[in-house]
Amino acid sequence: MEEENQKEKKIKMQLSCPMPKLDFEVITLGHGSGGLLTNKLLDTGVFDVLKNDYLSKRHDGATLDLTGRTAFTTDSFVISPVFFPGGNIGELAINGTVNDLAMCGAIPQFLSLGFIIEEGLTMKEFWEILVAIKFACEQAGVTIVTGDTKVVERGKGDKIFINTTGVGRIHDKANIDISNVKAGDKIIVSDNLATHGIAIMSVREGLEFETSIESDTRNLNHIVKALLDDFGEDIHLLRDPTRGGVGTVLTEIARDTKLGVDIFQKDIPIDDQVSGACEILGLDPLYVANEGLFIAIVDTLIAEAMIDKMRSFEFSANAAIIGEVIEEHPGQVVLTSQIGGKRVVNMLVGEQLPRIC
Amino acid sequence: MKFLSEYRDPELAQRYLEEIKKTVTRPWTIMEVCGGQTHSLVKNGILNMLPKEINMVHGPGCPVCVTPLNLIDKAVFLAEEKGVILCSFGDMLRVPGSEKSLLEAKANGADIRILYSPLEAVKIAQQNPDRQVVFFAVGFETTAPANALSVVHAHRLGLDNYSILASHVLVPPAIEAVMEDEESHIQGFLAAGHVCTIMGTLEYYPLVERFQVPVVITGFEPVDLLQGILMTVKQLEAGEARVENQYSRMVKEEGNPMAQDTIYEVFEVTDRLWRGMEVIPMSGYEVKEKYAAFDAKKKFNVNIAEAPENEECIAGEIMKGIKKPFECPNFGKDCKPENPLGAPMVSSEGACAAYYHFSGMINQMEGQSA
Repeated sequence: MEEENQKEKKIKMQLSCPMPKLDFEVITLGHGSGGLLTNKLLDTGVFDVLKNDYLSKRHDGATLDLTGRTAFTTDSFVISPVFFPGGNIGELAINGTVNDLAMCGAIPQFLSLGFIIEEGLTMKEFWEILVAIKFACEQAGVTIVTGDTKVVERGKGDKIFINTTGVGRIHDKANIDISNVKAGDKIIVSDNLATHGIAIMSVREGLEFETSIESDTRNLNHIVKALLDDFGEDIHLLRDPTRGGVGTVLTEIARDTKLGVDIFQKDIPIDDQVSGACEILGLDPLYVANEGLFIAIVDTLIAEAMIDKMRSFEFSANAAIIGEVIEEHPGQVVLTSQIGGKRVVNMLVGEQLPRIC
Repeated sequence: MKFLSEYRDPELAQRYLEEIKKTVTRPWTIMEVCGGQTHSLVKNGILNMLPKEINMVHGPGCPVCVTPLNLIDKAVFLAEEKGVILCSFGDMLRVPGSEKSLLEAKANGADIRILYSPLEAVKIAQQNPDRQVVFFAVGFETTAPANALSVVHAHRLGLDNYSILASHVLVPPAIEAVMEDEESHIQGFLAAGHVCTIMGTLEYYPLVERFQVPVVITGFEPVDLLQGILMTVKQLEAGEARVENQYSRMVKEEGNPMAQDTIYEVFEVTDRLWRGMEVIPMSGYEVKEKYAAFDAKKKFNVNIAEAPENEECIAGEIMKGIKKPFECPNFGKDCKPENPLGAPMVSSEGACAAYYHFSGMINQMEGQSA
């Protein structure tokens, strides 16, 4: 039998977690008071969905047993709209922190989860977000060990903000550090570019367009672990190009290593629909956000073997070598266009804004 | 992707490039009129693939760049009015006004929404009957039909809370202004393909006749641009001056009559001030009296004193092709996209921004040879 893909698994999970009958439909300021209503919200919401040994102690914090090299990261999620094609803010918040840990060469283990909810969020919406969180945690194999819930007045938030902080043990073979990047290294992207940003754009007010593009939010830690198992120290650097996109991360790498980066447009993987949407909106996919994508800078000797391995995973089926690190033009990223012309790729200044015509 | 990949075909591009090299025998200065073409030339690295005899200069066809300062100030003023929702194309938000940009007004609490179509603004007006919705209708002939349609549509729906702040400009008078400038030395034009999709090609014959310059209507993809350049160079080398249509897959001689009818239903041609340049006679569209109720300028009676342009900015010379961005002493120093002195450094189609973003190498190379 063929293995279920991510989407099928998600649907199964949603069906197995129906929302219980509640005596309130909307979250109000009282649910953040710390009193009875807060307890009600937590009992029927957070704890019920996410229950585990750490959370059921209901203590002020979690007691963890960490040994060896440990990675530690935090991230806040303020996405609008909260629900988007391919997911919602819940799984984004888990995957985001899981992936940041993976980029350090870590096996993600424990996460904290903080909600800032704007009053008026419906319990149905909150439930959907919680189920997505549970799903993402199970997929990544991480445990929520502590958390916090606050409610703010209407107009003081944007439905819901989530902060997650995570720790993970560094893989024994990992040595991810920008100082390891050297001339001759190959630059790999794990999958198609710009999918998340365009999926979000397609549902923003005023820009809506019909498409089947879905966000690429997903956990990358299992792929990264498998790659570290096989290629260890030959993986010199891992980065996930979320906001700012691949272009911004590569310019940071060129700047920080004082080496040059050459990339080739013809080798950059991108979905046809995404590429078409970028053309219409006047956006450069190099600067569009990704959620389930990583850039690997690896020793040239293992690059091909690593691509072969990556293509066997659902989440990195379109992995490709898009360029290399070189001695020339230090600090600059140069892109060779489809037709062979060259241009410099600079850091994005602000938000990319759709053009007039 | 169909209709895209074939116009980015490396082999075809190489063939045109070789042909250009074979054809050219002496220096020629050619202006691409449209900012979208500038953007594509730089983004695809075409400028440094062309033989050195060909000097591409960048034209005034960036609607964001030529929108007068005073109109940006008016847009900011309206956006900050109580109860107003100001809708705009994204590009306009970062352009500096005399005091602030729309982006800064938005950060200060103004309700400014980025849209892709003016019809969305009409929808917002329908959904918010107690608010006034103003669409900042900027652009060349290309965006005029959709902006006009939004007015027709709002009129048909009987909306009294929708209006447009119109700032439309026209390409042929701009070409005329460029040719009449004494400092200009343009010998041929790549005319803007999408403008001609709407307006057709007939307007260019009198220009060619009068100034004896080749005008080649050209698309935006790399192969389009190379072919357009080749057609222009062939004419120049042969001592000819004709209107030619490279973009024939989109542009018909008569243009799009239905779109033109919509434009003339709502707009009439008028004199217009171009930012960084001057008032160019009969170079813009104004909302007709018939639709005065949808003209934000009349509806809100906004009077804002003309503020002086930043003296440091040489936008006018840039847009007439007299100077290139890196010839400006402030380029990349006091003027950067994050802190622009003028509009061409802001818009994605502005010549200065295109150079700044994409062509660090070109500007070094040209800087050295200059």
